[in-house]
Amino acid sequence: MSEAIVSIRNVTKAFPGGVTAVDNVSLDIAQNEFFALLGPSGCGKTTLLRMISGLETPTAGGILIGGEDMAYTPPNKRPTNMVFQSYAVFPHMTVEQNVGYGLKVTGVASDEIKRRVGEALEMVKLTALATRKPDQMSGGQRQRVALARALVKRPKVLLLDEPLSALDAKLRDDMRMELTRLQETVGITFIIVTHDQDEALSMASRIAVMDKGAVQQVATPAELYEQPKNRFVADFIGKVNLIEARVHRQIGRKIDCELKGVGRMELNSDNLVGAQVSVAVRPEKLKIATSEPTSAVRVQGKVRDVAYYGDTSHVVIEAGDGLDLSVNVQNDTRLGGAGVERGQQVWVYWAPEDSIVLTE
Amino acid sequence: MENWKQNPRVFWTLGIPPSLWLLAFFIIPLGFLFVMSFSDKAMVDGQVSITGYDYLTGITNYIRAFDSLYLGIMWKSVWISALATALCLLTAYPIAFGICFAQDKWKPLLLLLVVLPFWINLLIRTYALIAVFRTQGYVNKILGVVGLGPYEMLYNNFAVIFGLVYVYMPFMVLPLYATIERLDKSYLEASLDLGGSQFQTFLRVTVPLTMPGIISGIILVFIPCLGSFLTPDLLGGANALMIGNVIERQFKAANDWPFGSALSFLLMYATFGALALRYLFTLRSKGVDV
Repeated sequence: MSEAIVSIRNVTKAFPGGVTAVDNVSLDIAQNEFFALLGPSGCGKTTLLRMISGLETPTAGGILIGGEDMAYTPPNKRPTNMVFQSYAVFPHMTVEQNVGYGLKVTGVASDEIKRRVGEALEMVKLTALATRKPDQMSGGQRQRVALARALVKRPKVLLLDEPLSALDAKLRDDMRMELTRLQETVGITFIIVTHDQDEALSMASRIAVMDKGAVQQVATPAELYEQPKNRFVADFIGKVNLIEARVHRQIGRKIDCELKGVGRMELNSDNLVGAQVSVAVRPEKLKIATSEPTSAVRVQGKVRDVAYYGDTSHVVIEAGDGLDLSVNVQNDTRLGGAGVERGQQVWVYWAPEDSIVLTE
Repeated sequence: MENWKQNPRVFWTLGIPPSLWLLAFFIIPLGFLFVMSFSDKAMVDGQVSITGYDYLTGITNYIRAFDSLYLGIMWKSVWISALATALCLLTAYPIAFGICFAQDKWKPLLLLLVVLPFWINLLIRTYALIAVFRTQGYVNKILGVVGLGPYEMLYNNFAVIFGLVYVYMPFMVLPLYATIERLDKSYLEASLDLGGSQFQTFLRVTVPLTMPGIISGIILVFIPCLGSFLTPDLLGGANALMIGNVIERQFKAANDWPFGSALSFLLMYATFGALALRYLFTLRSKGVDV
């Protein structure tokens, strides 16, 4: 990883009234990264973003931007620019005036403003609408104005607060690709805040998953999905079957454990004797068989529910001991469907190495 | 709620009583004054009649109103009102801003404090001001402690302007509060984030976006200031006559209703002029809710 452009050191933000929005967070964000802060609402991700922008000041800790501590620098003195969730496109200015605003107030010469505004509008494909007022534009267009207005300042870091949440589904997909394209073209670090895991997984190069003001895990999208560090991350990113388990003994780098509702098995993990752990398995890693499979990990159950989604079917199977397993079945032939019916007795099995042992 | 075409009975039931009220107590008297303004007092046996009128005799009253004496008073009324309105705006803007950025639990109380003077009769409030500013008043007593004064602070333009600012302040604070409260704070944050200083943000974003409230406040203060007569009468005395005082005297002391009516209508036209300016502004500022 190249040198960090944004370095968050033990940052805490406590609001008057006793709410600690961000609790001792440390993060390094590298140059040219597309970094996502992902978490449920109220997890502190927006507060963290606002502290990077300077709109909030931390209660404790340091924020280094480009190697300089800027934790208490006002927003107008920072090399960061923000795209607000509400876009905050000035309603009393035209598109051009909006985009040029940040240059005008910092005293850039008017012919240079004109040139750079032109370039920025071209980049977001709004040249034709330069003289429009925001109330004559759609939400998607206003967002492009907000993007152009921030990018025209050539910030070191572009901050995006839930940039896609106010757009409809089709537009959101387009904008997602557009943002990725833009990030590659301008070569600026993007930090995006989102509660939508699909957004984070599909756009970001690295993701920090936050909950209750703390960072739970920082990893690439694939790592987060396949190697979640704890129950929260496993559950928050994608769907997961969490099975309680008790560890009996250690055999080399494996543990011999008892999975509730499934049975005894050996899984790859370090020394955890006597511990209560959770075993996480993704629904698409589970397989259904009508006759007893040979896999080491298998359990018999009754199909409770089959939901058809076109490309996949989601099957819920009742195993013993109150355990429900979700299985995603690929509908890879036209006539096959999920291949099971409600009430049918089936076997569920999976490869032991697809099990994730979670201790936290 | 459907429009009145779908529900004519509801419309008429709700619409007729206030319409009748307005007709009987506003439109008809106003029409009477309008006719009166084009009339003259009747002559009976070579004497001017006290109660009789010759109706619709011409525009002599209006011609008289354009006498330099009255034009001067009219002009003075306009600039005193304008100055009072400007002072109201300058004082009310920070007050309204302060209330908007106060903690939620304090807002109702602060607004109550702004409105509280309304609960006291205007006459009493004005007399209270006299007690504060007269030669042996509280201000002079305090100044006397540090060896200054006493100053003559009443019965001049300053006293009138101060009185008007004091009386009409809430009319400025409330519309300003309403627009600032509705103003999306992210506009201000965006301006700061884009490199604007606090001052630039105020001038280029806050003021334009709160212009509707500013305009409403100006209208709400300027118009009653222009027509006020109690404040200039009590605080200004003979030195600071405003057009309201002149009109009052025509109707009472001078018993010249035709001339008073003509002056009233001229004042009303001036008011219409102010409202027309506001309308023009609304057309121009499309995109910002007015």
